Amino acid sequence: MSLLVEGLLTTLALTGLSFVSACLLGIVVVVLRISTVPVLRGIGTAYVETFQNVPLLVWLVLFVFGLPEIGISFPLFWTAAVVISLYEAAYVAEALRSGVNAVAHGQGEAARALGLTFAQSLRHVVVPQAARKVVQPLGNIFIALTMATSLAGAVGVVELTRAANRINLAEAQPLLIFTGAGLCYLVLAAGIGAVVFRLERRFA
Amino acid sequence: MSLVSVVVVALLVLLALRRFGDSGQLDFAKWRPFLTWPVWRFLLTGAWATVLAAFATGVIAAVFGLLLAVSKGFLARWYVEIMRTVPVLLIIYVMLFVLPSYGLDLPLFWKLVVPLALSHAALFAGIFRAGVASVDPGQREAGLSLGLTERGTLRFVVLPQAIRNMLPSLVSQTVGLLKDTALGFVVSYTELLYTGRVLANYNHLLIQTYLVIALVYLVVNLALSSFSRHLEASLARTAR
Repeated sequence: MSLLVEGLLTTLALTGLSFVSACLLGIVVVVLRISTVPVLRGIGTAYVETFQNVPLLVWLVLFVFGLPEIGISFPLFWTAAVVISLYEAAYVAEALRSGVNAVAHGQGEAARALGLTFAQSLRHVVVPQAARKVVQPLGNIFIALTMATSLAGAVGVVELTRAANRINLAEAQPLLIFTGAGLCYLVLAAGIGAVVFRLERRFA
Repeated sequence: MSLVSVVVVALLVLLALRRFGDSGQLDFAKWRPFLTWPVWRFLLTGAWATVLAAFATGVIAAVFGLLLAVSKGFLARWYVEIMRTVPVLLIIYVMLFVLPSYGLDLPLFWKLVVPLALSHAALFAGIFRAGVASVDPGQREAGLSLGLTERGTLRFVVLPQAIRNMLPSLVSQTVGLLKDTALGFVVSYTELLYTGRVLANYNHLLIQTYLVIALVYLVVNLALSSFSRHLEASLARTAR
């Protein structure tokens, strides 16, 4: 039982940590992606395409088993957190980008006509309007990320899913344990959904 | 600001390459095996198994998803909501370690495909619902007022437009499907990633093997993604 709680805590930590850093990195990537400098735009696009088109499990396997080969080794939990953040940042960047795109063209042009710089027009004109449109997509990414942390279990992090499986192998009460783990994920997702609902109402 | 970021990115890339070079990972000898046919033949059998698993999953999930989309009961809605929040890996573990003790021991292929299909069916249902909802209600009314039956309206008026609107998301859904088959790694079904694991155990070229595997996924999925974008653009043109 304590293993299940430990697993749940690991899942929570992995989810929270990865979501925050994925958002921060996602902001950097989206600024690159919508930049007016072609080289930067290329880098942003390459980042998004590379991470979105290769399975998360491949990245996890590559980093967890590959990094020690070139003499870099972090604790397993941190490697998993870094990989999940890198991967989800691509999705965050895309959600932010469609939020920015949803802001009418005229808004950016008006800001420029008023003499605002690129950074100023983003900060004062585009971002406040885009924020409203990205709450829901970001919430969906948060839920998907919660589920994606289970893949860290496949490379050895003892999070909720792996913990459930371990207990099952030792104690053989499968139905109870797996239903419990499933319920935990459901409650987490419902919690995120409730927060998103509140935020949406406040912004709208 | 932009110059600074270019320099930062360039420095990061250089640093990474240096690290690779220092540990001898860039030696040509370590990459040469991937220029030979036997290695590729092996990887391609894995890729083929990935395609088979994705295809089987796609067909089952699409049929099941369609049933979920047309059924009006609360069960279907609950199913979609629950599947959206339960990791596939959890279902796979149930398939691998729980069901056999209840006498249900499927072949490896199905231990991968069934959980994937169960979870993707919910996603397909969402796409189908959105597709039908995207057709203007006036279209259905027009069909009915022309004397078509309810069924005929669906068949000749609503569905053709709905399917056209859904195509791009169906293609990007396929990318998600192909990516999820990598869970064969957990099931030890010899799809692309598991094939890579077997190869890496044999040739001890861990980094190179997994990088090549990542590249294969990247190329295939990039092709699919750009096809989806192309489709979206050309559909947007003809719709006007």
